[in-house]
Amino acid sequence: MILRELSEAIGVSSAEDAVRDLIYEHIRDYVEDARIDALGNLIAVRRGTGAVDLRVMAAAHMDEVGMIVIGYDSDGSLRFRAVGGLDARILPGTRVLVGPDRIPGVIMWTPIHLNRSKDTVSIERLRIDIGASSRDSAQSAVERGELVAFDSRFVELGPTVRGKALDDRAGCASLIALVQGERFPFDLHVAFTVQEELGLRGARVAAQSIEPDVAFVLESTACHDLPADLDEPDQTTITRLGAGPAITVADRSMVSDPRLVRHLAQTGEREGIPFQFRSAQHAGGTDAGAIHLTRGGVPSAVVANPCRYLHGPTSVMNLSDFENQSRLLRAAWMALTPAILERD
Amino acid sequence: MEALIKKLAEAWGPSGYEHQVRDLIRAEVEPLADEVWVDPLGNLICRIGDGPLRVMVSAHMDEIGVVVSHIDRQGFARFANLGGVLPATLLGARVRFENGAIAAVGVENQFSKRTTVPGLDGFFLDLPDDSGVQVGDAGAFVAETVWQNGRVIGKTLDNRLGCAVVIETLRRLKEQGTPHTVFGVFTVQEEVGSRGAMTGAFGVEPSLGIAIDVTPTGDVPKPSPSPVKLGAGAAIKARDTGHIVPAWIKELMVARAEEANIPHQFDVMQIGTTDAATMQLVRAGIPSGAVSIPTRNVHTRSETALLSDIQATVGLLVAVLSNAIERP
Repeated sequence: MILRELSEAIGVSSAEDAVRDLIYEHIRDYVEDARIDALGNLIAVRRGTGAVDLRVMAAAHMDEVGMIVIGYDSDGSLRFRAVGGLDARILPGTRVLVGPDRIPGVIMWTPIHLNRSKDTVSIERLRIDIGASSRDSAQSAVERGELVAFDSRFVELGPTVRGKALDDRAGCASLIALVQGERFPFDLHVAFTVQEELGLRGARVAAQSIEPDVAFVLESTACHDLPADLDEPDQTTITRLGAGPAITVADRSMVSDPRLVRHLAQTGEREGIPFQFRSAQHAGGTDAGAIHLTRGGVPSAVVANPCRYLHGPTSVMNLSDFENQSRLLRAAWMALTPAILERD
Repeated sequence: MEALIKKLAEAWGPSGYEHQVRDLIRAEVEPLADEVWVDPLGNLICRIGDGPLRVMVSAHMDEIGVVVSHIDRQGFARFANLGGVLPATLLGARVRFENGAIAAVGVENQFSKRTTVPGLDGFFLDLPDDSGVQVGDAGAFVAETVWQNGRVIGKTLDNRLGCAVVIETLRRLKEQGTPHTVFGVFTVQEEVGSRGAMTGAFGVEPSLGIAIDVTPTGDVPKPSPSPVKLGAGAAIKARDTGHIVPAWIKELMVARAEEANIPHQFDVMQIGTTDAATMQLVRAGIPSGAVSIPTRNVHTRSETALLSDIQATVGLLVAVLSNAIERP
């Protein structure tokens, strides 16, 4: 399963090489003009039938959140900081892989016997234990600046799957499937982007070089539907697992183009593909935030897989949501015309 | 101008959904302009003249608003903000949606916790039955615009006043001519981070940018610090938190104001910026200035301004754009 390969590949922001190689192997027979740009984005063109004259960009980010080693303690433990948005409260006890040699480690935690107050610990006070017994032995195994990823196996649970980095490897997998399928009426310019988790950095330069007329971002987004008490009057769940891919109306980085939101929703209704709107009450941004502001402006929209426990060592995603992400986009793209973007 | 301002201020156009305001403005500028178009993000651009210097004069069309984020089983809606919505302004407010449905804004624990103002998540929209409003729909606040003795109170004077000023300026430039190419750019999405100005300026590629927006005044009880007073004329921006106006632009504006006896003052904003802060950083850099209209109670339904300040702003802008501009 391609999702397994992508989830288990390691590509903490700024070191996406392994993910990029994997994606390239899956798309190389289907695309032209594939290139890696200066920041490391993988950009390629899926030629269309030529029926529709639009430059369409589709982006999914390759990078995942993780950590970076910044120093050593005398006992051989590693100091680190977050790369991207991490919640320090969930880190203690987590298994990690350190550096290009994938040295196994565990984030130290205070045993329950000693932590009856259940204090939480800030990331500055957490350490990674790689089994080194001195500063020298730690230093000879790991250099400062090496990146740290979660050590998580991908597991199929049934209607859902569990794994790390589904944000945004699930989006990458959907985009691969879209590239591999039937040709679209237009040339599809795909960008598998770097460093989204650090501030939408790859997407900005990718869009500047592609110069699209319209852009779609395939994402994975947070889902907070547990406990699933929908009777709770003020419950806002961001998204709900199993309720279909989520269309973004507005987030911190963008107000989606209403014409594209309408087109996606109408497509879903017409084709009987479930979808939901992502609640705008919660922050967050996507590559679309950078793309829609490039050059003279790019009407943009986001379709995302709802994932529980986003940015943690294991996220949970519903497979039908995932499959419907590419179904919805495929149907919407097949029906995409310049008229949708015309203004009176 | 009073009728135009009332019409624009009462129009519906939360950030990202400016089309109704754009249609109103387009009807005003179409007869004046040599060329009118709408760019990919929805900015309305109106060109007058074809002189060698390209000047972009911007005013944002959007207003702060809300997006429905959740509707519970009883039909009450929770919402997220579009732009800087102040919780203290919400109780008793009305929100209108594109389909015309109007909701009242309620608050949890209205009488039991009457001295505290909760965050946005403590408020809810009380929608009419069968309103047709869904999660994801955008809404804007409702308030009547009132003119009394040369003073206007209304919602969205931020920044429909700026739009009216630019429209009136284009009208006068059409009559008396301009030695420049003037682009009136009515921008989208200023309230969510000056997004329209960024792409608008990229497309227009001006050599000089001027933003017209409102500025809060420092002449009310316990104000946020500001030198600006209501009634003291057009406020020539010196700086704000994202923009230091080049001295030559400030001096040019002061010189034109003094020649024409236009009341003016300096604006030094301690909070917030305008489209000009964004414009200055587009492409290889665009020298930019701004003229602000003094306004009280900004981001409430009762923003307050004076016709004399509005007219001074038009006068200053016309004086700047109908004369030669020498860049250093």
